[in-house]
Amino acid sequence: MWTPLTRILVTIIVAGGLVLIYRLIFGIGAATNLNDRFPWGLWIGIDVLGGVAMAAGGFIIAGTVYILNWKKYKPIVRPAILTAFFGYLLAATAISFDIGIPYRIWHPTVMWQIHSVMWVVAIHVVLYTTTLATESSPMLFEKLKMQGALRFVEKIMVPVVLFGVLLSTLHQSSLGAVYLITPSKMSPLWFSMQIPYLFLNSAIMMGLSVVSFENIISCKTFGHTPRMEILSGLARGCLITAVIYFIFKLYVLASGPGLAAAFAGSMEANMYLLELMVGVVVPIVMLSMKSTRESINRIFMVDILVIIGILLNRINVSLFGMYRYQSASGLNYFPSWMEFVVTAALISVSVVGFKVAAKYFRVFPEMEA
Amino acid sequence: MMTSEKKSKGVLVDLTRCIGCRGCQIACKSWNERSVKKTVMRGVYTNPPELNSECYTNIRYSEQEKGNQPVWSFVKNQCMHCKDPACVSACPVGALRKTNAGPIVYDFDRCIGCRYCMLACPFDIPKYEWEKPVPWVRKCTFCSERIADGMTPACIKVCPTTTMFYGDSEEVMAEAEKRLRENPGKYVNHIYGKEEAGGTSWIYLSAEPFETLGFNMKISNVKYPDLTWTYISKIPSVIGVVIIAGALTWAITRRQNADKGDNHENKS
Repeated sequence: MWTPLTRILVTIIVAGGLVLIYRLIFGIGAATNLNDRFPWGLWIGIDVLGGVAMAAGGFIIAGTVYILNWKKYKPIVRPAILTAFFGYLLAATAISFDIGIPYRIWHPTVMWQIHSVMWVVAIHVVLYTTTLATESSPMLFEKLKMQGALRFVEKIMVPVVLFGVLLSTLHQSSLGAVYLITPSKMSPLWFSMQIPYLFLNSAIMMGLSVVSFENIISCKTFGHTPRMEILSGLARGCLITAVIYFIFKLYVLASGPGLAAAFAGSMEANMYLLELMVGVVVPIVMLSMKSTRESINRIFMVDILVIIGILLNRINVSLFGMYRYQSASGLNYFPSWMEFVVTAALISVSVVGFKVAAKYFRVFPEMEA
Repeated sequence: MMTSEKKSKGVLVDLTRCIGCRGCQIACKSWNERSVKKTVMRGVYTNPPELNSECYTNIRYSEQEKGNQPVWSFVKNQCMHCKDPACVSACPVGALRKTNAGPIVYDFDRCIGCRYCMLACPFDIPKYEWEKPVPWVRKCTFCSERIADGMTPACIKVCPTTTMFYGDSEEVMAEAEKRLRENPGKYVNHIYGKEEAGGTSWIYLSAEPFETLGFNMKISNVKYPDLTWTYISKIPSVIGVVIIAGALTWAITRRQNADKGDNHENKS
C-alpha cells in the first residue's frame, strides 16, 4: 500500500489541505492570483472543467453495459464509475473552495434560477455526484454484507444509469454553455454557439481514453491480465468520436473565423493547433492503424495524448482564449504556487482514493481469478 | 424634473459637457461609503486606472490631437445597467436583480461568490473584494435607495455641468435623439448603449469617435441572456429524448440478448 508514489501523493495531499485551510481563513484572493480581470483561473480550468471531462467515462461505460446491454464491457463498469466518482469529487471540491464564500455552496439548491447556466451546472454536480454514489454503492453494500440494500440498488440500477446518462449529457454540455455569454471576450477560435456540443463530444473522447488509461494502469498495479478486446473496443470508440469531433471542429472553425485563422501564428492560433494536433489529429492517425489498436503500449500512448489534448482545450477555452482581452487592461494572471499545490493535491486524492477503494472493495470482480 | 415613480429610469451621459472635475467620483465614494485603494503615478490622469471594489465610478481621461491642438475627452465609467443584463441571467442564486426602477442591485446574503457575473458582464463592471476573507461583489448601484426615495443618484446630483440627463428611460432616449437631431456635426452619429448588449439604461453621446475613447465597440447587440437561453431552453426536450431513446434502446438490446441466450456476448 505504502509505495514511494503513495507516500509522495499523501505528502502533496497534506500540503494541499494546509493551503485550503489558509484559503478558508484568509480568503480566495489571498490564496490565488485571481483578480478583477481574471475572475476564474487554474482551479476552474483544470480541476472543474478537466475533472468533469475526465469523469465522462462513467456514464459512457455504465450506459454501454446497462442500457445498450453490451456485456463485453461489464468488467470495466465498476472501475469506470469509480473513476467518474473521483473526477466529480475533484471538481466539486475545487468549486467549493473556488467560490468566494464556501459555506454557501448549498445556496443554488434552494435559490432556483432557471435562467442561469451556472445554476444548471450546480444542480447537475449535486444530482450526478449522488447518482455516481448510488451507482458505486453495490461495492459498499457487498463489503458490509447488506444483502437487502444490495438487491434494491441492483433492481433500480437501469433507471439510475439512464438518469446518469441524462445528467452527464446535460452537465458536460452545460459546462461549455457557461462560455456562451463571452462573445466579445473569447477568441473566435474557441467561441461559437456550438461550445456546449463540442464540450460533450470531446468529453466522450476523454472519458473513453481515461477508462482505457485507468484500466491499463490497474492491470499493471493489481496484476490482472489486460483484456485486449476491451481495450481495442475502447480505442475504436475513441477513434470514431475523435473523427466526429475533428469534423465538428473544422466546421466550427470554417463557419467562424475561417480555417486560415488557425495558422495566423498568434499565441491563440498556436495553442489551437497544439490542442488539435495532440488531442485529435495524432490520435486519429495512430488509432486508424490496426497495429495501434492491438498494442497495449500504443493504446496507452494515445490515451495520454487525448487526455492532454482535451485538457489543453479546457485550458484554452477558460484561460488562453480570453487572455488577450482580459490582459489588455494591464492585469495579468499566472497561478500562485498555492493554486498549483491544491490542484496537485486534489488529483492525488483521486489517485490514492481509487487505490484505497480497489484494495478494500471488489472494484474488479470479473478480473478476480 | 418630472419623473414618474413607476417607470424604469435611465441616464444620458453627454460627454461634450464633461469637464473632468471628478466631483461625481467623490460624491459616489461619499454616498456609498467606499474607501480607497492605493495607486501609483502612471503619467495619466485616470485614477484609479480601473474601477475596483472601492470605486464604482471614475473619469477616464483621453487626449487626442486635432490640427496640432490637444483635445481632451472625459468619459464617465460606471455600470451601464443593461435592460437585459448578462450578470442577472448569469447569477445562479439570484443575488443580482434588475429592479423595475432600472438599477441592477446586489443582495450579498444570496451571493456564493462564483464570479460568473464578472465573466458574463460585457463591460467588466462587477468587481470583487479579493482582499477580504468573505468578499462581496461590488458595483455601481445606480443609487437605487436614493431613486426609491425620489432623489437623483449622487453622481448626477453633484455634476456642475449637467453632463448627465436623468429621467424615465424613454424620455432619456428621446432627449439623446433630439440632441443628435438638433446639433448636426456636434456629435458622432451614434448613441452608445442604444443597441449595445441589447440596450442599456445608461447611454452616451460623444463628439469623438467612441472607439478612440476606449469604448468597447465589439460588444454584441444581442440580448446577452439570450445567448445562454438558446442552450437552457433545449434542456426539456433533451430530457425527453434521452429518456425515451434510452428506455427503447434498453428494451430492444435486452430482448436481443435474451434471444441469443443470456450469456451470449452482444457484438452489435
